[in-house]
Amino acid sequence: MSDAPDTWRKPPFIANRWLRWAVYLGVITYIVWVGASMPINWERVADGLGRAKRIFGGAFPPSFERSGLLIDGFLESLKIALLATAGGVALSIPIAFMAARNIAPLPIYYLGRAIIIIARSFHPVIVAIIFVKAVGFGPFAGVLTLIVYSIGFVAKMLAERIEEIDFGQVEAMRAAGAPYLSTLVYAIFPQIMPRQIGLSIYQLDSNLRASAVVGIVGAGGIGATLANAFGRYDYDFALAITIVIVGAILISEGVSGMIRKRIG
Amino acid sequence: MLKITDLVKRYGKGDPVLKNLDLTIEGESVVSIIGSSGAGKSTLLRCINRLVEPTSGSIVLNGTELTTLQGRELRAARRKIGMVFQSFNLVDRLTVMENVQSGRLGYISTWAAVMRRYPKKDIRRAFELMERVGIAHYADKRADELSGGERQRVGVVRALMQDPEILLADEPTASLDPKTSEQIMGLLRDLAGELKLPVLINIHNVNEAKIYTDRIVGMRYGRIIFDDKPDSLDQEAMDQIYSGSPHADRSTDMKEAS
Amino acid sequence: MSTIAEKFGREDWSRFTFKQRMQRYAAFALSALLLAWALGSIDVIWVWVWDAPEQMGDLLGRMYPPDPSNLGAILRVLLETVNIATFATALGVVVSLPVAYLAAQNTTPNRATLWLGRLILVTSRSVNTIIWALLFVAIFGPGVVAGILAIMFRSIGFIGKLLGEAIEEIDKRPVEALEATGASRFKVIVYAIIPQVMPTFWAVAILRWDINLRESTVLGLVGAGGIGIILQGAIDTFNWPEAAMVLLAILALVVLGEVVSAFLRRRIL
Ligand SMILES: Nc1ncnc2c1ncn2[C@@H]1O[C@H](COP(=O)(O)OP(=O)(O)OP(=O)(O)O)[C@@H](O)[C@H]1O
Ligand SMILES: [Mg+2]
Repeated sequence: MSDAPDTWRKPPFIANRWLRWAVYLGVITYIVWVGASMPINWERVADGLGRAKRIFGGAFPPSFERSGLLIDGFLESLKIALLATAGGVALSIPIAFMAARNIAPLPIYYLGRAIIIIARSFHPVIVAIIFVKAVGFGPFAGVLTLIVYSIGFVAKMLAERIEEIDFGQVEAMRAAGAPYLSTLVYAIFPQIMPRQIGLSIYQLDSNLRASAVVGIVGAGGIGATLANAFGRYDYDFALAITIVIVGAILISEGVSGMIRKRIG
Repeated sequence: MLKITDLVKRYGKGDPVLKNLDLTIEGESVVSIIGSSGAGKSTLLRCINRLVEPTSGSIVLNGTELTTLQGRELRAARRKIGMVFQSFNLVDRLTVMENVQSGRLGYISTWAAVMRRYPKKDIRRAFELMERVGIAHYADKRADELSGGERQRVGVVRALMQDPEILLADEPTASLDPKTSEQIMGLLRDLAGELKLPVLINIHNVNEAKIYTDRIVGMRYGRIIFDDKPDSLDQEAMDQIYSGSPHADRSTDMKEAS
Repeated sequence: MSTIAEKFGREDWSRFTFKQRMQRYAAFALSALLLAWALGSIDVIWVWVWDAPEQMGDLLGRMYPPDPSNLGAILRVLLETVNIATFATALGVVVSLPVAYLAAQNTTPNRATLWLGRLILVTSRSVNTIIWALLFVAIFGPGVVAGILAIMFRSIGFIGKLLGEAIEEIDKRPVEALEATGASRFKVIVYAIIPQVMPTFWAVAILRWDINLRESTVLGLVGAGGIGIILQGAIDTFNWPEAAMVLLAILALVVLGEVVSAFLRRRIL
């Protein structure tokens, strides 16, 4: 009837046919290989259902009997988060300046970047273990850990902000013969302060979350309480602790979001 | 045949936007609806395919009462009503062919839709129509790579793929430059003739309405106050259609009612 | 042309109203008070604090030089760590799709499903990966299964939340156009919603994979598989040179992960 074509195929995502099949094959091989090579003890896994029943059976209803312990643990987490945020944010400022390409001389820039990369790369729990070994169990290790954690995030964001600042102002100050430090204070600080406050509040929220887990490896706070409860098979207490952690995180997230919206 | 009787639409608790409106469209005529902003043109069109729920009244298309349909039956009725939009409403990240074939979604199986295995006759039909409007060579292009005029052509083809019994167009040319706009209007008129399809076009450009359509319906705040051949649309009729404000009109209604 | 405000970061000398100034002082005082309370009551032995720099130096000294003698085993387990992260991300992505669909206001079938979706997201997001791992180790025993499940459960909330937000922000007009053609709900999703959220989907999946790479390095510390087990072993036996080697390996892995995910982002988006 007409000579219009009657077949059509959607153009494939990878145009080269060989490459496309190579990618498909690679993905399948990878899945099969991983599936086969993972050290999985299926018998042990199969037992899991019964144990899950026991654990959840033991966890309900959650027990708030030892609420004194719970509150102490929670307050300690809060203190850790507060101190770590203050310390981390304060330390982030010089490190951010070191890591800002438009301000720092090259060697210092690399040093600043290296600090940030190292701080960001290690999960707080790993940092916590090392600090626990170095300075002993307890909240001090937790504070140090979260300071490192805060630097990784705040210094990175702040350095990016500093790299975007308007240099007209700096030059105006320099032209007026201002010394280095007053240039910083008058030309650069006002430009980065709003961002810095927003970041601090965000980081406080993150630190509160993280403080709940660094305790699991001995760095104080409610995480330690949780790990203990788990170790002693006190699943009802563990559930109570988890509920408190989740509640606190939700509240802190809500409050921090609200404050940042009002400031921003 | 499309027969609208006593159609009322109010959004929420406000004044009615359509007030006991009657309109009949017979045969394969191209009808344009004009009227100032807020007159209720879009609301009228969208009541027909139930993108907007009419408050009361009846809309009958070729013997089917549309206002009471639900679920599967509503979808079956919608397949028979093609719609062209001012902002084209294409899926930007899909190819032109997929956009065009989405007009067939009401007909084909879910499997065919998901796998893009369209029936042979649908593909042939799509190429024919795309050829007809001049976009066949874009079949494999993504919709967002096309110009406005080309995108509206895709929109028109998508609607025609539905095998519609009527075509609704809500300001199909308002986002296009004057020349492209005339091309699209010409296309709608010609296609209506070729496919023996009644077409209902909302339009702000009265000149185009006069040139490209067989009949002009003038709306003013929820009512039809003009309905005649384009030649009869004189200055006086124009003034009536485009004067007044919704508020003033609604308050006169209040007085009449009381 | 920059205004005075832009030039000097302030408009004039009475930038804040009295009330604003009071609020700022109050916020400042509150922060100071909180810090003082935390400092005063935190349970630390201050002698240890003054001692800390020396202790840290001592520890770093013992780590040097890193000991590569066990590098083969470390790299093998590192690969296992990558596999855990990748598998768990993939599984998490698959499960988060229906959850995102439920948790988005414009696609969820009804109120009850909306709240179900949100409940799943909140639970998943507010329980940390390590806590999930503790739970799954207790259930399934130590090993990679617990690790994969832990990362997966945490990822569902993250991906589901961002994806749900993306669904809520889509352009509704194509959706409406396809509804007008008489397409069923499912077909509208496939043709009008999925194509629109595809870019976000890939971006979020890649981002989460990057994060999961980091998270999977600590699973071993609670017995849930991966490189953390070797690290824990080295630390427990005071084998600091090997611990340093593991740390370097983790550093390399994470940096490599960032490079790969940046590359994927550029390729796919
Ligand atoms: N979804 C809605 N909810 C509430 N009111 C609406 C809605 N859609 C339209 N309206 C109101 O209905 C009236 C008619 O709107 P409609 O869009 O039908 O006008 P129109 O004639 O198409 O105008 P335009 O030429 O600007 O497109 C307007 O007063 C508008 O504010
Ligand atoms: Mg309109």
